[in-house]
Amino acid sequence: MDWLSYLNPLMQGAWVTIRLALYSTLLGAVFSFLFGIGRLSRSLPCRWASIALIEIFRGTSLLVQLFWLFFALPVLGQALGMDLRLPPVVAGTLALSLNIGAYGAEVVRGAIQAVPRSQHEAAKALDFTPRQTLWRIAIPQAVPEMMPSFCNLAVQNLKDTALVSLIGLGDLAFQAERVRNFTQDSVGVYTLLLLMYFGMALVLAGLMRLLETHVGRWRAKGA
Amino acid sequence: MNDTSNPPDPASSIIVMDQVVKRFGDATVLDHLDFQVAKGEKVTIIGPSGSGKSTVLRILMTLETIDEGLIHVAGKPLWHEYRDGRPVPAGEAHLRAMRKEMGMVFQQFNLFPHMTVRRNVTESPVHVLGLSRAEADRRAHEYLDLVGMTDHADKFPGQLSGGQQQRVAIARALAMRPNIMLFDEPTSALDPELVGEVLTVIRRLSEEHDLTMLLVTHEMEFARQISDRVCFFDKGVVVEQAPPEVMFAEPREDRTREFLKTFIETRQGG
Amino acid sequence: MLFGIEWNTANDWVFAWSILPILLRGLVVTIEATLLGFVVGAALGLVLAALKSVRVRLISWPARVFTEFLRDTPLLVQLFFLYYVLPEYGLVLPAFLTGALALGVQYSAYMSEVYRAGLESITRGQTEAARALDISPLRTFAVIILPQAIPRIIPALGNYLVSIMKDVPVLSVVSILEMLNVARIIGDRSFNYMVPLTLVGALYLILTLVASAGVRILDERLPKRGIPLH
Repeated sequence: MDWLSYLNPLMQGAWVTIRLALYSTLLGAVFSFLFGIGRLSRSLPCRWASIALIEIFRGTSLLVQLFWLFFALPVLGQALGMDLRLPPVVAGTLALSLNIGAYGAEVVRGAIQAVPRSQHEAAKALDFTPRQTLWRIAIPQAVPEMMPSFCNLAVQNLKDTALVSLIGLGDLAFQAERVRNFTQDSVGVYTLLLLMYFGMALVLAGLMRLLETHVGRWRAKGA
Repeated sequence: MNDTSNPPDPASSIIVMDQVVKRFGDATVLDHLDFQVAKGEKVTIIGPSGSGKSTVLRILMTLETIDEGLIHVAGKPLWHEYRDGRPVPAGEAHLRAMRKEMGMVFQQFNLFPHMTVRRNVTESPVHVLGLSRAEADRRAHEYLDLVGMTDHADKFPGQLSGGQQQRVAIARALAMRPNIMLFDEPTSALDPELVGEVLTVIRRLSEEHDLTMLLVTHEMEFARQISDRVCFFDKGVVVEQAPPEVMFAEPREDRTREFLKTFIETRQGG
Repeated sequence: MLFGIEWNTANDWVFAWSILPILLRGLVVTIEATLLGFVVGAALGLVLAALKSVRVRLISWPARVFTEFLRDTPLLVQLFFLYYVLPEYGLVLPAFLTGALALGVQYSAYMSEVYRAGLESITRGQTEAARALDISPLRTFAVIILPQAIPRIIPALGNYLVSIMKDVPVLSVVSILEMLNVARIIGDRSFNYMVPLTLVGALYLILTLVASAGVRILDERLPKRGIPLH
């Protein structure tokens, strides 16, 4: 079990995983707000589109979505006369963020709807437009509510990044497979791999908790 | 029906409610209500719960619609507008313009918890009235000074007592410089020892400014002190209205008498 | 050709229709893996929950760490671990069982939390009342706590059933012929990935909607105050 020699390729893979997790989580957050707020929109087409997207990406397996974007989309592109071949990193990031975006959308929607009606009335009395009320009054109060669920989703997303190894992206899982194939040391490699993911998840959870505290500063200052 | 004795002159009335009906499901909360308020008048509305007193304020603040009747504020229709000379239900743009006439103070204060006191007061002037931050800050200072809360400008609502929060809420409403101030049971949610500081602010407001003020309250003594007119609401109509000296000393209607009796008894007992 | 069934690539719609029976074979495998994984997970989860609630720190603390460990590591890696490591210690299982085991292990962590939360939500007052009436701890658990906990636990477990189903495609890496794997093979051989993969997506959507509806109906049917005992 020459663990030290494994470390180099594994660290490279870990770096890919971290960046992938970072980008997909950020993009996923954007999608969460997009779909979640879209779900609450007064325009019916907007609402239906959001519901459809949420149901599709929550209701189908992430791996199916990943394979579809990587294998099926190019075929569709051919039929439409467009080059829709996505490199693994794009397909991976997109699939991960759409997936986490769909789950996060429900969190966003729930938190926004949980803001008391009295806040909306106070805003109306001060003559804010509905859009101003949403962005300046409702969302800032909803965000601290979303954080615990977002924390869980972020860790889930980190775990899900391992799947992109199946479309050839050189992340931690991919590198681990290569090392294992080369050394045949399953026990050593996989134990190390599990520990590395565990460590990354703990760090991520810690960071999310810091973010949670920062975002909820005004709540902490109770009289 | 409505007591229309001692009505203000409609020509100088800043609020005119004409045969207003409001229903919530099967319940008729406002029953062909006729009600006027003169410019600069300080009117207190009293009555049992369910009598429609809060609803009147909420309708004026455009938080509730009306089912029948007409309302005019400062000469302009509130829930209707005129297109080609015919009344149609008011659109959002019209309502937004009308809202600027009125400011409201809520029973539960409803301050924005994620903003400091100063930000609570300046947010609307900046984003609705288009003031610069500097101007808004100056205005905020002026009104926070009026309510005695300048020292707390950088605190969050969670750090303040109920009385302090309500005073900030008053400053926040005033900062929009409305012509009419609506107070919906401003002290009902406060611990007894905090009621005084809020009433002092409201009294100061009534004495130093010629705002039109509509106050819904159970604080009878306070109502006697600051009101030009007291209206007793019951079952969605104005049962009786009179200047406070008349109203509290010699109410004409039996219903009014019954209602006031409970307060006198409670006060003597308390 | 797969599973002895030919397909027709005349056009996309004909193709789709002709591969449907093949995909349905994969669907059966998907459902089998889901159910088996669920059963394993529910059982292991119960064990974990029991270990975590033991008063002895030496037992409960490692159980808690292990649960966290399972929750924070990817299913894919856990699967590889079991698939390649177990044989080295003499335990050679068919791929399907390894896959179901991996699913069960991963989800046992979540399910142990469901058990814990469900039991804890029964007010402490119930236990105290039982003690005051001198009912034995075992009987308290079986007759008072459990019937009240079940209506809360089952719907939550049911939701994880749906989650397990969505994780089954990961098992394709150990050559289990569930739906996604079947679709991929069809795609490999016919050079048309879009039709099989889109079909699989649609089938998954239907499965999820049906399963979620089933869980919701079960939730509504369960008496909220506990299984009635006469």
